Amino acid sequence: MNSIVLPRRQLIARAGGLVAAAGALPLLSGCDAINDAPAVRKILSMGEEMNRASQRALIDRNALAREFSRADLSPYFRPNGTRLPAGAAYAAHAASGFADWRVKVTGLVARPLSLSMADIRAMPQRIQITRHDCVEGWSAIGQWTGPQLRDILAGAGVRDSARYIVFRCADRLGDTLYYESCDMVDALHPQTIMAWALNGKILPIANGAPLRLRIERQLGYKHAKYVNAIEAVASLDQIGAGKGGYWEDRIDYEWYAGI
Amino acid sequence: MAEAETPVAPVKPEPVRVYRHRLPARIWHWVNAVTLLILLMSGLMIFNAHPRLYWGEYGANFDRAWLVIGSTPDSGYLRIGDYRVDTTGVLGRWTDAQGAEKTWAFPGWATIPTSYSLADGRRWHLLFAWVLSIGLTLYMVWTLVGGHLRKDLHIRRAEWSPRHIWHDAKEHARLRFPRGEAAARYGILQKLSYIGVIFVLLPLMIATGLTMSPGMNAAWPWLLDVFGGRQSARSIHFIAAWALILFFLVHIAMVLLAGPVNEIRSMITGWFRLPPEREERA
Repeated sequence: MNSIVLPRRQLIARAGGLVAAAGALPLLSGCDAINDAPAVRKILSMGEEMNRASQRALIDRNALAREFSRADLSPYFRPNGTRLPAGAAYAAHAASGFADWRVKVTGLVARPLSLSMADIRAMPQRIQITRHDCVEGWSAIGQWTGPQLRDILAGAGVRDSARYIVFRCADRLGDTLYYESCDMVDALHPQTIMAWALNGKILPIANGAPLRLRIERQLGYKHAKYVNAIEAVASLDQIGAGKGGYWEDRIDYEWYAGI
Repeated sequence: MAEAETPVAPVKPEPVRVYRHRLPARIWHWVNAVTLLILLMSGLMIFNAHPRLYWGEYGANFDRAWLVIGSTPDSGYLRIGDYRVDTTGVLGRWTDAQGAEKTWAFPGWATIPTSYSLADGRRWHLLFAWVLSIGLTLYMVWTLVGGHLRKDLHIRRAEWSPRHIWHDAKEHARLRFPRGEAAARYGILQKLSYIGVIFVLLPLMIATGLTMSPGMNAAWPWLLDVFGGRQSARSIHFIAAWALILFFLVHIAMVLLAGPVNEIRSMITGWFRLPPEREERA
């Protein structure tokens, strides 16, 4: 038995040393200082660059997100972020069924537009059943209906100098209006649509009524809701804090959210 | 006193040193040790953003989760299937270093950063995922080309015999480790663990990680079919992470038992001292 007992005793002694080392674990809060150091943040942001560059190189411009059948729909499509924009203006729009809602298409375009919901619904429509992936980790499958963004941009005559499309929203978080942006690859992608219906019914307010973006190869926070303006720009520097979106500006979510 | 007979010193044989770990293996080992720790802790932060796991393609708060870490007004709990266990103080409800009560799933000492930031957790995770992927790819190529796989990890036919595996398992359970020449080679359980980690678990982590990427789903939709959907991939990612933790715990226990100084030194310098043969007891 001796030969067994001894190593066990050794193990306990050595494990004790390990536990003592683990007692130093609170020192790991020093990790937070590392996390916050500007140089470290710069290095960390390299990951986003590598992910964007590699995915853009790997994924065909027109490669489609998987489309599902109605049998695959989530029983309930979870809304997230703003569920009801504050303010009398939005309430009035909602009360009138968004009859007077306008979506302005401006910026680097030959013919600025001001589209009503009737105009949007009169365009050729795309219906797609896709999976919505929140950055938090959950997924929901829903059916979306709306015109392709590229048709809207073509209607406005978007100029070659436009490199990004910015989506302005009617919902305010804190004191700032939500906004998002994407590059022209995603803007012109066939599944990038301005959706006004979910699962065959008029888009609920919690899900972004009357109009929201679907940008199927990126995470949920890119899918701007309550959209009232679409703007073609050459640079994102002068928009918001310059990082291309509400959450990007505030807490450093990645602008490229393909992963 | 001078006349006294000099005591006969027991003959202590010079320890036999063997060069056991080549430089690429050593570098990869330590880079991986740091990388996997960062990936684990930042991964737990990402999990905290939605501490629920599902099977299939979709899954959100209104869908049935097979695993939940949650909280009630005065406790924390872990639920797996219908089995629920109180985890107050560790999971679901715990007190941070400043004494504040928190209801995130994993506690601050286990996550990067220590206080909730999904954005920062993702930045660490998605950068070090590159370190893991590039390192693993290079290491796999090296094991194949450099002969590590053929010479050290290859399992010979005799080793596959149930009797041999059972014998090795019993020896491990009794904490009797190979000595002398035999200690220079990997045993069958070691080989299976290392092969399992390098060629199964780590590639599985990377593949299930990529399956959660909506961009990668467009590029390689077959990933979704392999793992049975995005939420299944997320669940498998989580389970495989715990399999790696299990490997780590056993690995550390074995290092402690087999002689931590010698083992750790050999993973730094490459040179390993063979433990002398056991003396037969009278």
